[in-house]
Amino acid sequence: MFTKAKMAALAASISFLALSSAQAVEIEYWQYVFDSRVQAMDKLIANFQAANPDITVKHTTFPYADYQTRVVAAKVAGQGPDVVQLFYGWTDQFVNGGLIKPLDPAVFPHDEIESEFFPIVSAMKRGEDYYGLPTAVRSLALFYNKALLDEAGVQPPSTLDELLAVAEATTKRDGGGNITTAGITMDMAGQDHHWWRETLIRQFGGAPYDAEGNVAYDDAAGAAALKFYTDLQTEHKVGLIGFMDEGQAAFRAGMAAMTIDGTFRLGAFANNPFEWGVVELPANAEGLKSNYSSYFANAIGATAEGEELEAAQKFLAYISSPEAMEIWLATVGELPARRDVALTEANLADPIRGPFLKGLEYAQTTRFYDEAAQRQTSIDMVNRVLLEGQSIEDSIAQAAAAEQGIIDAGRQ
Amino acid sequence: MASANATSPAGPSRFWDRLNISTKRLIWAWAFLALPILFYAGIRFYPTFQAFWLSLTNWDLLRPAQFIGLANYQKMFADPIFWKVFQNTFLYLIIGTPISLLISFVIAYYLDRVKVMHGFIRALYFLPYLTTAAAMGWVWRWFYQPVPIGVINSFLSTLGIAQQPFLRSVDQALISILIPAIWAGLGFQIIIFMAGLRAIPSTFYEAARIDGLGEWAILRKITIPLLKPTTVFLVVFSSIGFLRIFDQVYNMTTNDPGGPLNATKPLVLMIYQTAFSSYQMGYAAAQTVVLFTILLIVSLLQLYVLREKK
Repeated sequence: MFTKAKMAALAASISFLALSSAQAVEIEYWQYVFDSRVQAMDKLIANFQAANPDITVKHTTFPYADYQTRVVAAKVAGQGPDVVQLFYGWTDQFVNGGLIKPLDPAVFPHDEIESEFFPIVSAMKRGEDYYGLPTAVRSLALFYNKALLDEAGVQPPSTLDELLAVAEATTKRDGGGNITTAGITMDMAGQDHHWWRETLIRQFGGAPYDAEGNVAYDDAAGAAALKFYTDLQTEHKVGLIGFMDEGQAAFRAGMAAMTIDGTFRLGAFANNPFEWGVVELPANAEGLKSNYSSYFANAIGATAEGEELEAAQKFLAYISSPEAMEIWLATVGELPARRDVALTEANLADPIRGPFLKGLEYAQTTRFYDEAAQRQTSIDMVNRVLLEGQSIEDSIAQAAAAEQGIIDAGRQ
Repeated sequence: MASANATSPAGPSRFWDRLNISTKRLIWAWAFLALPILFYAGIRFYPTFQAFWLSLTNWDLLRPAQFIGLANYQKMFADPIFWKVFQNTFLYLIIGTPISLLISFVIAYYLDRVKVMHGFIRALYFLPYLTTAAAMGWVWRWFYQPVPIGVINSFLSTLGIAQQPFLRSVDQALISILIPAIWAGLGFQIIIFMAGLRAIPSTFYEAARIDGLGEWAILRKITIPLLKPTTVFLVVFSSIGFLRIFDQVYNMTTNDPGGPLNATKPLVLMIYQTAFSSYQMGYAAAQTVVLFTILLIVSLLQLYVLREKK
């Protein structure tokens, strides 16, 4: 009698469990650990779950340093996330590795993506398919220390010539000629390699890559751009690679008048003990401007199927919505990826956001195959000129060959 | 086992009784040894052999590994960066080991005679050994900065000497990283040397002094020869340490790991970058095999030197 009743209860509870699991879907969202990003995503998940009570989103984070490895390891173990965040530069690796699946055009129509997002979203397109959508995007701008510029009696620069003049006016040196306050930070390991690649090369009349994506900077324009950069240290002596260890550290310490950095630095600079401002990256003499933009996109994991896929699509649509972008902008400070959310009167008039948003209009997005290795070629190129006295032309030729090798290897 | 014996005492216990005492001992010994052997086989040996196999594949984590023969080795031996890194690794070894042993021996030799605050001074020398290599790397990294924040360069400029690039120089960077690495290892080597010095019976010294030998002769004829086992141990220990140097290099050059221009990159850092930044696991495994071979040769040399002595 007793056991029969027990059995019945057990059977009932099993069927109940099965029933409830059929109704409530749990999906998993993965991103890397960064305080404000985690907070913003928690807010978005709470809103999403309130609107979709039948879906639960499990938020999992990993340290940035082993984020990619974790995603890959999870795939190998067959337990990938349903929605996953990835840097746009990793798309090839993620697609080739079968970690993410293309977005269903019925749910995410291509013409809507192309008309509503900034054109840099095309970096998520492979063949006919989009593989992810960003919530927020980043661009570069010139940060300046207002106190140091006022002291030298100069205004923030808007052209490259003005940049040199301002840097010269704000650089301070000791009796031995050593820089004690830099006019502009030089940090190829930071954002300067993007500045050189996507801005300076174009401003000197060249292009970093040709239409097929092969290296195209081994020419007079590339050399002129490299010379402009290395001359800051060798000719004008307004900056020094390694000064205060890192460019951003020098600027934060108030020992550099200008630095080129991205939106993601706004949080770190917020508590600087001096007044600072932001202007667009300087134009060349003809007024040509260029910028580099990057972003983390959200994609759907390859293992999501059936109702989990449906829930994942719903979630991805929500975190790419205008509402989510507003929340992300307020919490993280990154720029909305949709034009009409980003380019509002209020945002454009904002003295900090404005210059970054204007930069987005003409920004380029480099197609990276191995971002760290490609950056290393630029670091080495500058070091060969500065430390080994190699000629500009030889150094750029060597860098071009090395980077082309990485691109060729990445395409295999 | 116990319950099996209790229910059917006949079969197994009779078999056990029939064994003679030495066989029983052997079985017991192997039973105890089996645990660490199984552990080592699973945790050490299996991955080691796996690495040999991986070095013949193009595994990149994402796609299944394909056998590509010796292509990774061909690529490696044709790569000028590998040879630069190979040279760096041996520079760390060839400069680091003798200098650190010489300094630590001299310190141990004289510290052994110091009676005032002996423990305190010994603790001061040992302290860097206890410090995390990463923390130390960062402190030294800031020491080496240019003016106005670099301590060493600020001192040089007050003397009117031109500031030195240190970590930002292809010639000085490796030495600049070796100095804190040597300093960090000194404490341990001093302690071992002092233990070795203490182990030499004082009667030897008394006899030598009665025979009228000078301090220099005592050092050459008695102290150094009798310290040989200690020295061999420290040579091998510190050689392996310098061949595997990573923490100091990585932390002092994080913006451009192993830079500038690979001037400071040791083999271990190259393996790390190949595996966990470029995800070329097969190629990284090939580099690991090279490192393994180098370490194996060093260890075999140690065995050879020790055997010769006995």
